[in-house]
Amino acid sequence: MKIKKAAAVAVIGAVTLCGALAVYAATKTITVKGSDTMVILAQRWAEKYMAKDSNVTVQVTGGGSGVGISALINGTTDICDASRPMKKSEQEKLKQKYNTIGVEIPVARDGITLYANEGNPVNELSLDQIKAIYLGEIKNWKDVGGSDAKIIVYGRENSSGTFEFFRDEVLKGADYSPLVQSLPGTAAIVNAVANDNNGIGYGGAAYAKGVKRIKVRKTASSPAYEATLQTITAGKYPIARYLYLYVRAKPTGEMKAYIDWILSPEGQSVVNDVGYFPLK
Amino acid sequence: MILPEETSRIASERVASLPFEPEPTTMLESIRPISRQRAAMKPRSRMATVQEFCIEKSIAGIAFISFAFIILILVFVFREALPLFTGNATDDVGRVPLFRLFTFSWQPVSNTPAYGIYPLIFGSFKVTLISVAVAAPVAILAALFTTVFAPKAIKEILKPCIEILAGFPSVVIGFFALTVLASAVQKLFGIDYRLNAFTGGLALSLAVIPIIFTITEDALSALPKSMREASLALGATPWETAAFVLLPAATPGVFAAILLGVGRAFGETMIVLMATGNAALISPSIFQSVRTMSATIGAEMAEVVFGDAHYSILFFIGICLFLFSLVLNLTAEFVVRNYLMKRFSGSSR
Repeated sequence: MKIKKAAAVAVIGAVTLCGALAVYAATKTITVKGSDTMVILAQRWAEKYMAKDSNVTVQVTGGGSGVGISALINGTTDICDASRPMKKSEQEKLKQKYNTIGVEIPVARDGITLYANEGNPVNELSLDQIKAIYLGEIKNWKDVGGSDAKIIVYGRENSSGTFEFFRDEVLKGADYSPLVQSLPGTAAIVNAVANDNNGIGYGGAAYAKGVKRIKVRKTASSPAYEATLQTITAGKYPIARYLYLYVRAKPTGEMKAYIDWILSPEGQSVVNDVGYFPLK
Repeated sequence: MILPEETSRIASERVASLPFEPEPTTMLESIRPISRQRAAMKPRSRMATVQEFCIEKSIAGIAFISFAFIILILVFVFREALPLFTGNATDDVGRVPLFRLFTFSWQPVSNTPAYGIYPLIFGSFKVTLISVAVAAPVAILAALFTTVFAPKAIKEILKPCIEILAGFPSVVIGFFALTVLASAVQKLFGIDYRLNAFTGGLALSLAVIPIIFTITEDALSALPKSMREASLALGATPWETAAFVLLPAATPGVFAAILLGVGRAFGETMIVLMATGNAALISPSIFQSVRTMSATIGAEMAEVVFGDAHYSILFFIGICLFLFSLVLNLTAEFVVRNYLMKRFSGSSR
């Protein structure tokens, strides 16, 4: 009796194990790690792709661009999402380990949107004005055509790719004023600005819910644009950036198929659904 | 279930430890003759000795594992911060000597990075002070109420409720502070900055209150009942008894509670990250934004270039946090044991 039971258990166990192994052997796993800005986009891509091709498992984790790049360097991820270009010091580390500086693949575009409270009368700002606000040179809304109130300036944490992009593109490399309040994540900024009559903040276009999007002028006299599909793909919106995938070497096999799919019209339509902007 | 082997041991130990015949119990009754025999022949079987030895050592081993983990973490943290001390820490601009940490500006991600940790240390102390100043009176009074004044039914609801607050994920408290508390504070005080040290401290006190409350409550309930009865018998009102007899008698416990609360506030990351605005300012106003050490580590570690100066500096801040909590715990231990205990437990010890 006992022996029979044990044998049955053993057989079932062995069959399950073999089955699991067979499934495991048949599916290829691609790991993707990196930017928190891109994590929703990367997950949506992974879901759609896995629904299409059941032999491939795509595992997506966030953590941040820096975490993703260091995982790429340490060999713990196949693909890295990054909302900022790789830095020189990181390229050097990759080179030391793999004798390659990696392959950079722009996969989507993002317009950095300036948020203001919905009750704020200011509708548009020039790049110079935005710069002066974030450097602490303009401190009152009345200096940019608003009501007489102190500007409460919100920004991202210095760990964010958006922080660096904004500093380089808008502040022209200068440091933010120490008065800028930094919040973890774009959602927190949107929330703060939505609740703060005199607040201003920046972040991805996809997050602007419950706040006013400020139109941006390139110079004091040029027309003001909102970050939309048309203005960004036409290159009219002044603060747009690329979002990247990084891989160690030229992708082959399953990975190539996955990245090609991301760049295909089908993959790019996902970009639009999530709220970012496709490449073309 | 008790195995015969074990029962015999229990019995033999009883025999050995008690000078007189043990009270006969129904269970031992039946096996006594055997156990006595064994106890007389060989006090402990070899098997039992080995078993005892193994159990003892494995428990000791488990205890040491937790100790080893702490040591390992410490070694890791120190190792990652080491380049700063050896002068090998570099960033994109060049070498970063240790003295650059002792300045007043924190701009680590910049074309001309500044790594001054003074504003961070200041921020941590400011928020901690505010939170404990709010939490300690509330928690101690709440503990007094539940132990001394509250009817049993209320006590049985109140106590678990406050203790559940300790189990609240700090990110939830942080988000609550960011969305609700910040607006309320702004309206109440008419301040410019929604997110500031005061809002952060207030939110943090939600996490600190249960800690101070629980330990104070334990200290108060551990007091001998005679103390309270004597005070009341001498004609003191319940309030006088609570404030001038019970609370002073529980001082060592209350002191330890406050110090643990300080430790919790100092190390808390998520709440301050969400509620204080994180601008690295040194300002006397409690309505200005601050950036704490823990929030800095929490916010920046994810994206830092591994192995460069900024990374090492974050670990250095970790060392500072560790040293602070070490000093805090040692102080608590030392003061409670050598000073408060002697003073408040009177001549009996």
